[in-house]
Amino acid sequence: MNIKKIAWKELWERPTAMITSLLAIALGVTALVAIRHITVFSEQEVKHQLSELGANILILPPAASLQDYYSADVNGGTLLEEHVSTVLLANLAGVEKLSPKLCTSVKVGGKDVILTGVLPQSEMNTQAWQSVGMFAKKNKHEGCTKASTGVVDTSPEALASLRTIEELDRFAVVVGADVAASTKLQAGASLVLFGTQFKVRAVLPPTGTVDDGRVFAHLHTVQELTKSGEVVSAIEVMGCCEDAAGGLVPQLKALLPDAKVVTVSQVVETQVGVNRLLAKSSIFVLGVLVLVGGATVASSTSANVRERRREIGTLMALGATPNLILRLFLLKATWLGLAGGIGGALAGIVLAVLLGPHWAGVTVSPLPSLAAIAVTAALGVTLIAAYWPARSAAQLDPCTCFREI
Amino acid sequence: MFELQEVCKSYVRRGHSVTALRASSLTIPRGDYAAIVGPSGSGKSTLLSVLGGMLTPDGGKVLLDSVSIYDLPVAKRTSFRRERIGFVFQTFNLVPYLTALENVQIPLFLAGLPDDEQQVRAETLLERVGLGERLHHKPSELSTGQQQRVALARTLANDPPVILADEPTGNLDPDSRRVVLDFFDQLHAEGQTILVVTHDTFVADRAKRIFHLADGAITEQSESSQLRVA
Repeated sequence: MNIKKIAWKELWERPTAMITSLLAIALGVTALVAIRHITVFSEQEVKHQLSELGANILILPPAASLQDYYSADVNGGTLLEEHVSTVLLANLAGVEKLSPKLCTSVKVGGKDVILTGVLPQSEMNTQAWQSVGMFAKKNKHEGCTKASTGVVDTSPEALASLRTIEELDRFAVVVGADVAASTKLQAGASLVLFGTQFKVRAVLPPTGTVDDGRVFAHLHTVQELTKSGEVVSAIEVMGCCEDAAGGLVPQLKALLPDAKVVTVSQVVETQVGVNRLLAKSSIFVLGVLVLVGGATVASSTSANVRERRREIGTLMALGATPNLILRLFLLKATWLGLAGGIGGALAGIVLAVLLGPHWAGVTVSPLPSLAAIAVTAALGVTLIAAYWPARSAAQLDPCTCFREI
Repeated sequence: MFELQEVCKSYVRRGHSVTALRASSLTIPRGDYAAIVGPSGSGKSTLLSVLGGMLTPDGGKVLLDSVSIYDLPVAKRTSFRRERIGFVFQTFNLVPYLTALENVQIPLFLAGLPDDEQQVRAETLLERVGLGERLHHKPSELSTGQQQRVALARTLANDPPVILADEPTGNLDPDSRRVVLDFFDQLHAEGQTILVVTHDTFVADRAKRIFHLADGAITEQSESSQLRVA
């Protein structure tokens, strides 16, 4: 017999009270952990987008909606391809690259994937620059913050990170990671799209974006196959740095009044707003955890002390010190706090992993430090809530053992 | 030896003072078997609480083996009580979610004995009271007589020299009452000091001396019929 055994047996003597307290703590922790996980990963994704794409601008059809940068070109609307020349002719300072794209849906291996037509940079440089004769007079951004290495990555895999491709044959494709995995396509394999045979030039590394579900082909090939004419779904403008991008937006809006010009900051603005709301929600949930969970534990412990007055008096008559009585109740509270905290944290993580992609479009993985903080908070709330009732138990008069019920 | 010297105790309830014990003095020599008899509300439970070191009197001293119990700090008083005094309660006061064996182990655990020693001692005590086959039964699975025997075994766990019993047979049938009283006789024969508080004259008559408690005062002492017969 020891204090742990007494506390453990007493805990299971009243399972309803135990389950009620556990649920009160666990539910609060579940909500807190789930919201915080999604918030953290959503904020990371926004930061990632801003850092990777902060200098990028999208020119979109006027009716395009802004849900996510990476899928902004999958909007159903189109622009004239001649807008590319318009931008080039304008010779705006800070424009590093242009990447016009046309998106359509196609079946690969029985599944719908996005077929994206991109114009290789080599053809852009050759055709567009030569046609306007401006190649030698490219307008450089003064005070550009980006160091130029002068090295161009010509590998097709660079499309994943640089969002442009240097070389792509008319009947060659580059396949996103998810498409390749589901269809077992590898470099060198053949693929039929719209009744035309293509050769797989490369498989992109996973990006965690919608690009993993795309097949990239030559822009003009896609225009011909879909008979869409000389149109594009979006024109991606790569600025040399974020400063340049900021200055380019009003210029592009003036140049193309019938198009929507957005920066990645605008695209993620909604997500930033959602993240702020989620962050505030998590503070609210913490408050609920403290109030509701704490009140439930305090109430349940007080009721427990009242129910066990005679037992406590008897223990004291047998030689239990007030300190032992206090420890008895706090030990029970510790177990409840830990069980509720750990159970709630695990449930919260599972919920975040399952719901993150649907709620915030982000992939969530467990953050042990966040879970540990939540468990610690749950334990703290439980111990504080149980302390005063436990103290009143320790201060009970041992004479209660002589009193009739 | 147990000694009360001019002990008094009052309670205040809703602004009114109620005197539970007034200037009571009592001497119980070592190895004595005494009963304190009194009607309901006469202060018996208060007296037992004061004797048991659980209720600080308003005045006077309580001495056990020349030690003034209430001059000890709380922690020392608790361990003093644990080592020297065993309690028998009218309602047994067993812990309902522990088995008979575990209930008897409680005082042993509080005394700091290791688990294996607790188990051996508890089993021995329960066998002594005739409950060797009921070690793992909870109080709800025992009859009232058996529960009181478990309570007796628990009382003897730390081998206390003094046993204070509060209406020990109040809830028992005649057969179980006899078993308990026979047990007290046995303990008394072994040298333990027993003080029983009761309103039952049959129980009081089993003691060697009887004190009468009325309106908070120990008014007279008489010899029990056993001694008169002797």
